[in-house]
Amino acid sequence: MISIAEHRIDAPRVPAAPASERRPEDLRAEVWRIAGAVVDPEIPALSIADLGVLRDIRVDRGAIEIFITPTYSGCPAMNVIAVEITLALAKSGLGPARVTTVLSPAWTTDWMSQEGRRKLKEYGVAPPQNGGGRRALFGIEQINCPRCDSADTAQIAEFGSTSCKALWRCNSCREPFDYFKCH
Amino acid sequence: MESGSIQVTETPLVLFVLRRADDALILGHRLSEWCGVAPAMEEDMALANMGLDLIGQARSLYAYAGEAEAVGHDEDAFAYCRDERAYRNLLLVEQPNGDFAKTMARQFLYAAFAYPYWRAMMGSADAMLSAIAAKSEKEMAYHLRYCAEWIVRLGDGTTTSHARATAAIEELWPFTGELFEVDGVERAAIAEGIGVDLETLRGAWRSSVAEILEKAALKMPADGWMQKGGRNGRHSEHLGHLLAELQYVQRAIPGAIW
Ligand SMILES: [Zn+2]
Repeated sequence: MISIAEHRIDAPRVPAAPASERRPEDLRAEVWRIAGAVVDPEIPALSIADLGVLRDIRVDRGAIEIFITPTYSGCPAMNVIAVEITLALAKSGLGPARVTTVLSPAWTTDWMSQEGRRKLKEYGVAPPQNGGGRRALFGIEQINCPRCDSADTAQIAEFGSTSCKALWRCNSCREPFDYFKCH
Repeated sequence: MESGSIQVTETPLVLFVLRRADDALILGHRLSEWCGVAPAMEEDMALANMGLDLIGQARSLYAYAGEAEAVGHDEDAFAYCRDERAYRNLLLVEQPNGDFAKTMARQFLYAAFAYPYWRAMMGSADAMLSAIAAKSEKEMAYHLRYCAEWIVRLGDGTTTSHARATAAIEELWPFTGELFEVDGVERAAIAEGIGVDLETLRGAWRSSVAEILEKAALKMPADGWMQKGGRNGRHSEHLGHLLAELQYVQRAIPGAIW
């Protein structure tokens, strides 16, 4: 994997079983659970595990390295996410951990979990269409209203309040809504 | 950081990467100038989002240029501590925003190039450039779609919007030749499988530009005299003004962090 940035925060000393004494697979699973629960500050309904932003965790003799990938090149949330991961691990008595940003393979909305799509819709954001990718990039998109499920919707703007969203409107219930763009 | 400008060790790879990084930063900065003053809220957000994509691409590229140069320059050093002559961006991207039609035309002409460019660069023998390309091509595809829709709306709109779109395309056309310029730096990158032959992208660029201009009822200008020089640090008078604003704080208070 290709790393572009590293973030390192030393964890405060917390009395707990030293990470090096645990079985690596147990430690990895626990780190995955804790780090994966960190939410995207711009869409707090989604965890980074739901989003597919959390890519990998490596545990080597107690040393933890966490790999995350940005949704968009300019995603301003990456630094915050890295800090939140390190803090969450420190609170659980794990770490120090290194968080590395990787660019390859490039993030795609196809990585968003079903659970993530469900939570997104509940939050009021239309989830990206499955397997959309390139087809949706240039084609006509059919997006259902996340509130009333009506298919009678129209795009207001290609870009929304964050890089990953577009602004749509429902012609049935008249509510505007965000659509998580296919990418 | 010392005050003043950095001296860049201009190896072929460093120069090759800085060219792309500078394109992205300068165009991203231009788009950011619309923040808060765009014609409508939706377009304000669109321009800021596109600027953010480009500045994100620039950050990855500068970080990689720093790795390739290996003398300790980070992304901020490249962005804030180089003079105009050390910038290697295309003249097209430094052209002032003008009206909304000109900004759209500039973004359209660039995106129609950058989308197939980054797509081709996904096959680069350089793993980092290939990774950056895979992110950038998706972003530029989206920019292209957005701008193409605006070009059609403006060209095929009112008499005023048609006149403004025509003027914008004509004014920017002489800067499009530079997109496909292949010089020693490019040839070295092509030979190593790192870069793509820009000349091979001209056909795709022309046909996608022609298709949209036709839909927009706009004439494709004839290829006349083409302005060059940006790739070698010879810029229009506009870049200096842009950098004065972009670099002011870092130049006034060297090493300031916030
Ligand atoms: Zn509805």
